Amino acid sequence: MMAMMAVGAPTTLVHLSGVDLLIIAIYFLLVLGIGFYLKKFAKTGEDFFLAGREMTAWVAGLAFVSANLGSLELLGWAGNAYQYGIMAAHWYWIGAIPAMVFLGLVMMPFYYISKTHSVPGYLKLRYGTEASALSAVTFAFMTILMSGVNMYAMAVVMEVVLGWSLHFSIIVSSLTVGVYVAAGGLFSAIFNEVLQFFLIWFGALLIPILGLVETGGWSGMVARIHHNFPGQDFTHMWGPMSSASHNPMGVHWIAIVFGLGASVSMGYWTTDFLVVQRVLSARDVRSAKLAPIIGSFFKMAVPLIVILPGLLGRAVLPFHLVPANVAQPGQFKFDDVLPLMLARYCGPGLLGLGITALIAGFMAGMAGNVSAFATVWTYDIYRPYMRKDAPDAHYVSMGRWSTIIGLFVSIGTAYLVQYNKSMMDYVQALFGFFIAPLFGTVVLGMLWKRVSRMGGFWGLLAGVLTSITVFLLMKFDPSWVKVFAFSPLAQPLAQAMWQALWASVTCVVVTVLVTLVTKPKPDEELKGLVYALTEVPREEHASWLHRPVIWGVAALAILVVLQIIFW
Amino acid sequence: MIEKRQIIPVWFFVGLLLQVYGVLILASGLAHWSHPPGGVELSNLHAPVWWGALLIVLGVIYCAKYYPRGET
Repeated sequence: MMAMMAVGAPTTLVHLSGVDLLIIAIYFLLVLGIGFYLKKFAKTGEDFFLAGREMTAWVAGLAFVSANLGSLELLGWAGNAYQYGIMAAHWYWIGAIPAMVFLGLVMMPFYYISKTHSVPGYLKLRYGTEASALSAVTFAFMTILMSGVNMYAMAVVMEVVLGWSLHFSIIVSSLTVGVYVAAGGLFSAIFNEVLQFFLIWFGALLIPILGLVETGGWSGMVARIHHNFPGQDFTHMWGPMSSASHNPMGVHWIAIVFGLGASVSMGYWTTDFLVVQRVLSARDVRSAKLAPIIGSFFKMAVPLIVILPGLLGRAVLPFHLVPANVAQPGQFKFDDVLPLMLARYCGPGLLGLGITALIAGFMAGMAGNVSAFATVWTYDIYRPYMRKDAPDAHYVSMGRWSTIIGLFVSIGTAYLVQYNKSMMDYVQALFGFFIAPLFGTVVLGMLWKRVSRMGGFWGLLAGVLTSITVFLLMKFDPSWVKVFAFSPLAQPLAQAMWQALWASVTCVVVTVLVTLVTKPKPDEELKGLVYALTEVPREEHASWLHRPVIWGVAALAILVVLQIIFW
Repeated sequence: MIEKRQIIPVWFFVGLLLQVYGVLILASGLAHWSHPPGGVELSNLHAPVWWGALLIVLGVIYCAKYYPRGET
């Protein structure tokens, strides 16, 4: 096995000692043990697919935020922080916190009261089979592709960082994830996400602590960045966005506020079933409302272990990192900044913890995708269209089998990506096509009872098609960038925000127009699904400490303070 | 969490993992006390020692608080 691990890259970023390997091995043993232990509790469909709806607000909240804290995100956003500076923190603050609070306070009661098991499940209740089928099929297809992308990304990172062969990483990670998710279902996935949360924090927190000690604090770090990169602003969030030409991302504040904050972020955090499934596992409505708000406080702190290491890389690394597409042998890419900083400050033991955190993040990403796929496949595709009235045990068995089959498809995807690298970009872009318009469809359906069945379907379809069209035009003919993004300088991240904004606007406009000329659903069919016809539980008798609205307002207030500090 | 079915709380597993990792990291830090590994910045601060100790303390607290008493 050691020989298989060592096949591959001749040079590696870090070298692991015996204690590091022991730390990694213990992690694998523990997650497998937890999976086998939880198998006996995952007996019914609700157990397997929704963790019995018994999670406390804290567990659901940590799993909710952890499902998004995968290693692809950690490495990618640390690299973005190195490339674009502290502006990358927008994706953690305005690009997450308002949406999480909105999910908790406004949308979660409807998801929870309707007793749906998934977002496509809600669409079926609210609109009917057309919008639900479109959402379910595309979601199932994309999650399985994303799982493969996660698998491949982990294998590449392990090859570059540790010198492990691609095959070894793919086989070990998929076997482990397959065993523990097939055994314990969402129970296992959530338990491992909570473990991963602690691993990532304790594995990465030393980087900013020691980095700030080395640079002499925040002001020392800023001074070093200015010295190393004179004339460039990497340490302000809003100031450089008055014009797209004033910042390295080529983005205007309108794209950040309305594209990121109001479209992408709302779409991702409130309708992506991968994260919403974690909150649906909460044990009551109040816990379901609190969970995303608890998650928002931790999400606000994540820049400490992701963005700050990227900035510290600018300050302390003795060489410059370069974009992946121009990196020559011996040069390091932007996305290498986190492993480089880990190797800079962490010796034996700590290095093993940091690498284990990355492995846990990758495996949680795979497990999250596979468990969400199993649920949507079983409940939103298999049950309504293939076998309607089977016993509950049959659907649990189908969930287990679809987990295994989903992983095999993911392995195939991972190898496809290996031979066609650009596919990775397309798969990630594909995910973005559906997120922004889906938010428009779901939120209009929740807040406006007049929205008709066909309005929901055609709005969603029009939004998706707009997103795809804008993406393809800007990708293959750069002259379209200045049309859709209002600046030829817009980088891919900025383009994606404008793309989401166009898709959302189209979705809302088409939904409203079609609704006005079609017949609404009768009120009786909408009880528990829309605001005007639902008795939403309030927490008037709960102490203020237990009221979600108090904590939601607190999260938003801290968000505003952070924006002012780093303006 | 999930008291009615007596599932061992996830926090107990968290505590267990933190304790085991804390012991390993602390031991590794002590072993390298007088001969810090080359290429690691600020090794004079002996981060593995105090970080390992912190993990042990937190691990003990979590395990003690969430020890699965009466588990069936």
